[in-house]
Amino acid sequence: MIAIVDYGVGNLFSLQSSFAAIGAEACVTGDAEKILAADRVVLPGVGAFGDAAALLKSTGLDETVREAARAGKPLLGICLGMQLLLEQSLEYGTHAGLGLVPGTVRPIRPMIPAEYKVPHIGWNALCFSEDKPVHPLFSRIRPGDCVYFVHSYYADSPDEAIIARAEYGPLLTAAVARDNVMGVQFHPEKSGAVGLSILRAFCEME
Amino acid sequence: MITKRIIPCLDVKDGRVVKGVNFLGLSDVSSPVKLAKFYSDSGADELVFYDITASVEGRALFTDILTQVASQIFIPLTVGGGIQTLDDFDRVLKCGADKVSVNSGAIRDPSLIGAAARRYGDQCVVLSVDAKRVDGSFHVFAKGGREDTGMDAIQWIRRGVAEGAGEIVLNSIDTDGVKKGFDLEMLAAVCDAVNVPVIASGGAGCEQDFVTLFETLPKVDAGLAASIFHFGEVSIPELKRTLARRGIPMRVLD
Repeated sequence: MIAIVDYGVGNLFSLQSSFAAIGAEACVTGDAEKILAADRVVLPGVGAFGDAAALLKSTGLDETVREAARAGKPLLGICLGMQLLLEQSLEYGTHAGLGLVPGTVRPIRPMIPAEYKVPHIGWNALCFSEDKPVHPLFSRIRPGDCVYFVHSYYADSPDEAIIARAEYGPLLTAAVARDNVMGVQFHPEKSGAVGLSILRAFCEME
Repeated sequence: MITKRIIPCLDVKDGRVVKGVNFLGLSDVSSPVKLAKFYSDSGADELVFYDITASVEGRALFTDILTQVASQIFIPLTVGGGIQTLDDFDRVLKCGADKVSVNSGAIRDPSLIGAAARRYGDQCVVLSVDAKRVDGSFHVFAKGGREDTGMDAIQWIRRGVAEGAGEIVLNSIDTDGVKKGFDLEMLAAVCDAVNVPVIASGGAGCEQDFVTLFETLPKVDAGLAASIFHFGEVSIPELKRTLARRGIPMRVLD
């Protein structure tokens, strides 16, 4: 069973449907016991970091997610859910994240040439580092496969935590990981067959 | 490198796709779910659904359809038609839409754009504009292109982006249905005015029109069309291969 953490942010319909499409059983829940009983956990999110972090804290689910991570369950953050895994965000002020993956969430704008638009929205190809093995999350896809992004902030993380990038002027972080904790900036549930392959790989992780 | 998007648009009335469609191997050509799946499998980068029903019953049917599409099709979905209030945004987003397109509703009440952007984020709000040349400038038309509002289209689009619209669909009434290519002049004026994604609509008749669009106007992000895709005059996989061969960044499925 996969627990999709429901802390009152965003629409989880597509995410739940995409797990159903690959034959994985997923429930949307805000119940700590259910989340800790699940084999794997997904932390979704859309909107502003500060609001989402506050909701996660006020529901007490921040501790639940940390506990799931400590227990070694595969944990996948998606979009803002990925950003919440990091140490902090500089979106409208400074906000603390869960600190499960090293890094800071920063605005894209100062990073990219003026003619590039923000948000970074659309299909972009994933690039993998040549000097390290491809992360198991991407075992079912190929370099150059496109996924769907919508974001205005990016994860500034140390190289060892970055498992995929996408070129938008410079290379922006597309996915991060530390041990059993993983995060993707893009939306696998909106990335067609490639996105479903990534979710399938997540479901196969021990 | 971000890819240029190819977007088929489906008009839905009383739960069925309106324009005649004829594809090999597609038995129910007016089923929005089947057609959406066909396009998604063909490599469409996004789908736009316009609800052209007027009745309350039709609305309910539309949201049922949308829910079915969103539970089976995993690419971005934009929904438009009859969006007048935040409740309308809420109604379609709950059914699995990712973006909501406003047109006449925003003309009537421009504050709708900002209110929706604050609640759902800029990326969720698409401003769709029907524009036509009148006395040497581009005017915004309302009510499906039937009524000249007298507003300058470039100013209206600038205002919409300032209010929080995250994307613009520009439909040129002058080129729409003519099938002689997109309205490059009008699109260039819009691309110069704003720095959010611009989706070109109206006028595509063949593959070459998309090549010309993206080669002439590199700032245009996407090309939208309806009938040429529905009638099979242009096949999306072939179109995307052609564009990729011309060096235009494309998501090509194999």
